[in-house]
Amino acid sequence: MAFNGHQFDDDILDEDGTPSKQLRPDKEMPESAASAGRASSPRRTSNSMSRLRKDSMKKTRPPFPWFGMDIGGTLVKLVYFEPKDITAEEEQEEVDNLKSIRRYLTSNIAYGKTGHRDVHLELQDLTLCGRTGNLHFIRFPTQDLPAFLQMARNKHFSSLHTTLCATGGGAYKFESDFRTMADLQLHKLDELDCLIRGVLYIDSVMSRGLSECYYFENPTDPDHCIQKPYTLENPYPLLLVNIGSGVSILAVYSENNYKRVTGTSLGGGTFLGLCCLLTGCSTFEEALKMASDGESTRVDKLVRDIYGGDYERFGLPGWAVASSFGNMMSKEKRESVSKEDLARATLVTITNNIGSITRMCALNENIERVVFVGNFLRVNTLSMKLLAYAMDYWSKGQLKALFLQHEVQHLSEATPTSMLERAPSPLNAFLCLCVHPGLLWCSRSPAGASPSILTSSKDALLNLLHTPLAL
Amino acid sequence: MAECVGVDSNTSGHSMDKSITLPPDEIFRNLENAKRFAIDIGGSLTKLAYYSTVQHKVAKVRSFDTTAKAPNDKLYEISVQEEVTARLHFIKFENAYIETCLDFIKDHLVNTETKVIKATGGGAHKFKELIEKKLGLNVDKEDEMTCLIKGCNFVLKNIPHEAFVYARHADSEFRFQTANPDIFPYLLVNIGSGVSIVKVESEDQFERIGGSSIGGGTFWGLGALLTKTKRFDELLQLASKGQHTNVDMLVKDIYGGSYGCLGLTGDLIASSFGKSATADKEFSKEDMAKSLLHMISNDIGQLACLYAKLHNLSRVYFGGFFIRGHPVTMHTITYSINFFTKGEVQALFLRHEGYLGAIGAFLKGAEEDNPNQYSWGENYAGSSGLMSVSPDMNPMQRARSGTFDMLEMDRLERQLVNLPLLQDPSSYIPDTVDLTEDALARDYWLYCFEDALDGVVKRAVASQPDIPEAVVRAEKFRQKYRHKLLTLRHQPFAYGSLTVRSLLDTREHCLNEFNFPDPYSKIKQRENDMALKHYQRTVESLDALSWEDRQFALVSGVLAGNVFDWGAKAVSDVLESDPGFGFEQCALFFVDNSGVDIILGVMPFVRELLSRGTEVVLASNSGPALNDVTNGELQILTERIAAMDPVLQAGLQEDRLTLVQSGSSSPCLDLSRLDKVLAMVVRERQTDLVIIEGMGRAIHTNYYATLSCESLKMAVIKNSWLADRLGGKLFSVVFKYEVPLGKVHHNGATLMLS
Repeated sequence: MAFNGHQFDDDILDEDGTPSKQLRPDKEMPESAASAGRASSPRRTSNSMSRLRKDSMKKTRPPFPWFGMDIGGTLVKLVYFEPKDITAEEEQEEVDNLKSIRRYLTSNIAYGKTGHRDVHLELQDLTLCGRTGNLHFIRFPTQDLPAFLQMARNKHFSSLHTTLCATGGGAYKFESDFRTMADLQLHKLDELDCLIRGVLYIDSVMSRGLSECYYFENPTDPDHCIQKPYTLENPYPLLLVNIGSGVSILAVYSENNYKRVTGTSLGGGTFLGLCCLLTGCSTFEEALKMASDGESTRVDKLVRDIYGGDYERFGLPGWAVASSFGNMMSKEKRESVSKEDLARATLVTITNNIGSITRMCALNENIERVVFVGNFLRVNTLSMKLLAYAMDYWSKGQLKALFLQHEVQHLSEATPTSMLERAPSPLNAFLCLCVHPGLLWCSRSPAGASPSILTSSKDALLNLLHTPLAL
Repeated sequence: MAECVGVDSNTSGHSMDKSITLPPDEIFRNLENAKRFAIDIGGSLTKLAYYSTVQHKVAKVRSFDTTAKAPNDKLYEISVQEEVTARLHFIKFENAYIETCLDFIKDHLVNTETKVIKATGGGAHKFKELIEKKLGLNVDKEDEMTCLIKGCNFVLKNIPHEAFVYARHADSEFRFQTANPDIFPYLLVNIGSGVSIVKVESEDQFERIGGSSIGGGTFWGLGALLTKTKRFDELLQLASKGQHTNVDMLVKDIYGGSYGCLGLTGDLIASSFGKSATADKEFSKEDMAKSLLHMISNDIGQLACLYAKLHNLSRVYFGGFFIRGHPVTMHTITYSINFFTKGEVQALFLRHEGYLGAIGAFLKGAEEDNPNQYSWGENYAGSSGLMSVSPDMNPMQRARSGTFDMLEMDRLERQLVNLPLLQDPSSYIPDTVDLTEDALARDYWLYCFEDALDGVVKRAVASQPDIPEAVVRAEKFRQKYRHKLLTLRHQPFAYGSLTVRSLLDTREHCLNEFNFPDPYSKIKQRENDMALKHYQRTVESLDALSWEDRQFALVSGVLAGNVFDWGAKAVSDVLESDPGFGFEQCALFFVDNSGVDIILGVMPFVRELLSRGTEVVLASNSGPALNDVTNGELQILTERIAAMDPVLQAGLQEDRLTLVQSGSSSPCLDLSRLDKVLAMVVRERQTDLVIIEGMGRAIHTNYYATLSCESLKMAVIKNSWLADRLGGKLFSVVFKYEVPLGKVHHNGATLMLS
């Protein structure tokens, strides 16, 4: 696997990306041809290459500030690269408002009422486009985007940087707002493209040390259910289930060949939406906390509630849920359940349903490996274990549910409460990484594979999209 | 999971008038002759099934002893006899009435042989003691799913137009499916409190291939929590008024428009309840209920599609209390299936979906009677038909209107099968005009039948001159049929597709119910008698004609009694252009009226065919309908004619002329439901010509039927409206000769001349 090992070659790292091998079959972009033509000369020997690259990097390196955005249905995820190697010369040249933006972002952890910087996610001493610095992860609710735009306008963002990389639906929805309110141009990127790149990339990065991908061994036995690393050496085909506000299920056959099999509207947004209505909570963390304290069997009607035990004729175990919220048809039972029970039942219902649809897709597509990612799984071990269990049980061990370390890596050592305070998940960051293809070159890469660019230049970005993520 | 078990929550919310007095004529009919009970108790409705023997009058004809001279010179004797037939009764009522109903049954039950009542449904255990105490019967529980599948197979096999596609905003909401003789394999998605997805491969072979816990119970339970509304019906009503876009996050809420490269339109739901993820906003009950309904329907539809795809099944039936005739849920499920399969799979619903469990439980108990070896027919007189369940109607009213729903099925004397000569049985539609879809035609025909009602009542009374109370019965018949017509005006879909045939059949069923088995018997007798006297002369004069003239005269004769005036040339052109015509191996002739038609029209034609060496099978009705000749009558007539005519005599003796029953008692003809014996004879004789005669059989039905052999459809259009519809004039003659593709001498011809 090209992006998992070290077998990159200069062609691949070349700025024009030499798209011949990796052209996306479905979506050939006209720009790539043009850029390939232009950059065809500086590529013969590796020595000249690296020199050339350094030169061109300087030329093409965009001016600060460096941002990437993912504007989802619920949250806006923002990454900001703070350069730490600013020379005195630069310091002097740096315009005031750039300085103030840097200070504002890095010296606060809260912005307004709803903006947060996730300090625990911060990646320090990264080398990015020849610059060293820290990567910050910031989030705020999508509904507060106007306030953000107002701030961008007040701080004269547009005078610094006219193109912003963005993905997620909001990149489309709010594109004109960015332009009219803040005089900012968005460079939009498809979120599913980004997602797949991101998953494959993060696996390749992490497998240097820790294994990024893992599964639960003995998922059907709570006492012996343990997390085990999984090597995604030959990942294809795989089913990628992205659980955000809604759910998308993708069948990935190669890095550039994937299709959206189906999706469901019963996703993370449904969990939170229903929890808010049923319990009066207002945040994902609250809802999860309640769910972890509740008991869903008081809310759901189980097979054994109807048949007294297993429904043997159809091989249904007594513990299986026969009707989600089925007990709530009865007035007495409605009055006897707690908010925590309701939150738990909501979580179980949504999670099981995703598992069920995923399993059917896996069967229909004849794929045995399923990678679950997405916001819904952040700090949500409950759902992950449930998914692992459901996949294993109903497929009689045929299907393997895989998860990514990045989703929860900061939680393993955390206590439950502090766990819940931590947000958003590295997945957001992760999405941002995907969004900002330039950033893909930054993290902890060995010296040999120097990051090529971080740029808002359209051509370069597109080249990157056509380049395997080798390091 | 199969059925809903939330018994308590449904009925506790409101108190129904439990001291209802049951109108016994209407509801538990024939209890005194009832045996074999079965009961299916669901979350809110109880379905009771029983089998009864029905005594009813039938008109029989008996030939007089030919050696003795008949006193008044009559051809045959008509007698009305009592006949015992079997009937299945299914009654559906709210659980609130269960005690009243059990009391009523106990008081009227005479049969003491019955010891056991088969029971199924989630509520069966709750009422077990009550049933055992009240009826003194042992409750024998049967597996729900097995009952459900058995019932489903039964209705699919025996009730034409059982399955339908629902299209809310189409001209007709219900598009009924033609009964495919091959019902397997299919997928049944039963949406009770949970969802069970069952693959049915044969009568006894089925498998629960999957399911989901998000079902009717989720809608009800979660809906009750969200809206503080207790009743399922009320929740549905709320949902029908709501706007889900206030609660759901749509693709356009995230993208501002569509997500073009994935083909996701802006109006698609990206995240159900996605907008309610906030603590500081209020949402209306209606909007939340609607959102919930969409969420659940879409989810079930999606899973059903995934299972259908995996198992390569294209027929998917939906049932369970979540569906049960509710337009709102049928609509959302249909929408979901269309979306997820891009129209490749249609969501199918069943008219008698609510009865499946009861039918299945009953069949389980009646296995020794082997009910599956018979064919059964829906009795339109005794069945309430599909109720309109308008979401706008008050749920209380709705519950009441559906309180005593009934289905009655008559055991047919003979097993019915397809005509083996149908080109494509699965696409065969007997009826020429579907009045369910054609509102103009519907209005016209409903008016016609209403207009003709007085005449029918008069005729019925006149047919029983010696019985004074016939007037009272005839009046009851009038009321019943008028009520049916009224129902059909508002709910044309009540008994499947509304057609001229179904209107005629309903009238026959109603006449039978009030013991007017054959109002035309005396008229038929008189006309037969008269026509018979002219037979010999007619044959002689025909024999005197040249070939060409004779052919014309014969065809004219078949249309005898009808006014017609058309060129002889045209007919002989058609017949001559096909040198093969008239030299077939065997002709199957579906005959129409008594009297001149059969005796002076059909018989000489038959004679001509026989003398050319063509074998003839004459198919006539098993039971009476209008003035159509019945098989019983035709037996006698043929004997009489054979006595005068050596050609027919030889034909009978050499077994080249055969009389068979069609299996029908309708003035129309459904080629997919014919007597099994007929089908056998047709096969044995290598029949290669089918002749269908008369308005009912060749115009109202089968006008467009395609057969795998040559066919000839002949009729005089005696209705100006229809003539107009078909592009002709009143008393136009339809003479439609078709040769199947591949056997083409020429493509056949249709003459419509006036």
